[in-house]
Amino acid sequence: MISFASTFGEPFVRYAFIAGTVIAASSGLVGYFVVLRSQVFTGDALSHVAFTGALAALAAGASLLLGLYGACLLVALAIAALGRHGQADDTVIGSVFAWVLGLGAVFLTIYTTSATGGVAGISVLFGTIFGLSASQAAVDAAITAAVCAAMILIARPLLFASLDPAVARSRGVPVRALEYAFLGLVGVTAAAAAQAVGALLLLGLLATPAGTAQRLTARPFRAFWLSAGIAIASVWAGLLIAEAAPTVPPSFAILAVATSSYAAATAVTAVHRRSARAAA
Amino acid sequence: MAIFQFTFMVNAYRAGTIVAVLAGALGWFMVLRRQSFAGHTLALVSFPGAAAAIFLGISVTIGYFAAAITAALVIAAVPRSLGGRARSSESAVIGTVQAFALACGALLVSLYGGFLSALTTNLLFGSLLGISASQVLVLLGAAVAALAALAGIARPLFFATVDPDVAEARGVRVRALSALFLVLLGCAAAEASQITGVLLVFALLVMPAAAAQRLTARPALSFVLTIAIALVTVWLALLLAYYSIYPVGFWLSTVGFGGFVLATGWRAWTDRPRPVAAEVTT
Repeated sequence: MISFASTFGEPFVRYAFIAGTVIAASSGLVGYFVVLRSQVFTGDALSHVAFTGALAALAAGASLLLGLYGACLLVALAIAALGRHGQADDTVIGSVFAWVLGLGAVFLTIYTTSATGGVAGISVLFGTIFGLSASQAAVDAAITAAVCAAMILIARPLLFASLDPAVARSRGVPVRALEYAFLGLVGVTAAAAAQAVGALLLLGLLATPAGTAQRLTARPFRAFWLSAGIAIASVWAGLLIAEAAPTVPPSFAILAVATSSYAAATAVTAVHRRSARAAA
Repeated sequence: MAIFQFTFMVNAYRAGTIVAVLAGALGWFMVLRRQSFAGHTLALVSFPGAAAAIFLGISVTIGYFAAAITAALVIAAVPRSLGGRARSSESAVIGTVQAFALACGALLVSLYGGFLSALTTNLLFGSLLGISASQVLVLLGAAVAALAALAGIARPLFFATVDPDVAEARGVRVRALSALFLVLLGCAAAEASQITGVLLVFALLVMPAAAAQRLTARPALSFVLTIAIALVTVWLALLLAYYSIYPVGFWLSTVGFGGFVLATGWRAWTDRPRPVAAEVTT
């Protein structure tokens, strides 16, 4: 049995909890709109860009954070620029990110042959939240807190622009500018989430809580906040599980909690629908 | 050629040829149906499948196929949600399946420790050396079965893809077809991941089809062209990988992306507006 006091006594656990909470909040808030706008594939593309960005930075001997945030932001804005009607063609996104990932494989080869860093690739892919240093945790927490604030600020016009872009435009909402701002926020969130759960797994923080919230309620703002709440709860529960059972990687524990909540929400709504149909 | 003196290169070329035909054929429908995200997810899901097979000590091939087919069935089976639109809710399901499957892969890597983490890079990014003669036979058998099934449903599937509402009204079972298509796509992804590595299967699924559909609007011609481009991409990538230190997956995605960029450029060149000549004559 672990006690809370001893769990929070270790500095690396504190950093993981602090950074993890803010990263989860921003992933939940941004993720709600990612799911609403059917742009999960864009999030998927950014997760692979995060991997290449991180390994390019490592291979060049630069800062990992710089590579992550730089690559994700750049590609997110490029996707926004390529998009017609706000959503870039699936095949264009797919072709570009498959190639970016191929480049990642090369950086991995360069990095692992130049240094003794065979594990680096795997830890970038699958995350090392307990490995965050104090300065990394501070940077991530500050950046994602800013993302949360920006997201709350643009939530109302963005909701309007996502549900009915034509009407929103005629009412004077800057739809195109909102798209750039939103995808920029998705890019930054992807880079942050890549450190929490790993580049390959960040869809679990971006799409799963938002999908769960969308199943539980049809009201937009309730789902928006619920999504952030589920993301934070998943990270906390996951970190506690990983703390209690050291063989379980924290990324897996976080995603297992998030996926169970999604499965539970699906089952609950299916039962509801059936009983509603039986009553009618 | 000198490189065919090695058995592993002969096997790699045989397997690559089989995989290129299968991935090209399924990829063509995938791009047409705008299911790139589902295709990518089915490819990634093979990773925990292979990792679990190694963990349990059974054949890796079984792991690839079992995981991809299971994921295809899950994606097809989860009911649509009430709140969101259909497309939005489907993409959340696919994203969840993908992230959770990869998390299971991460768990297996961490449980199995050193041996598997050395293999992880090969599973993710592909290796030329891994293909045995018996594996080529398994690949061939599965590919023939999948292509036969695809040939059986090709016509109604094309109908259901181009105009789902009319197809449904005419009695085509759209939902069942789309589930069956996802399973076949899973098979193609599982086959291809054994050559290219899990992360880069998608290059072979999406790039040749995207390039071919940019070159011609005629369905039959672009289908044949897709398979031809896929074959050339794989053959060239294997050759380049043999003579360089970089993994085959990198060459595959680079050659494929080159083809896609060339096709896009050619399309832009032939589609360019030509008002200049008209202005001169008037």
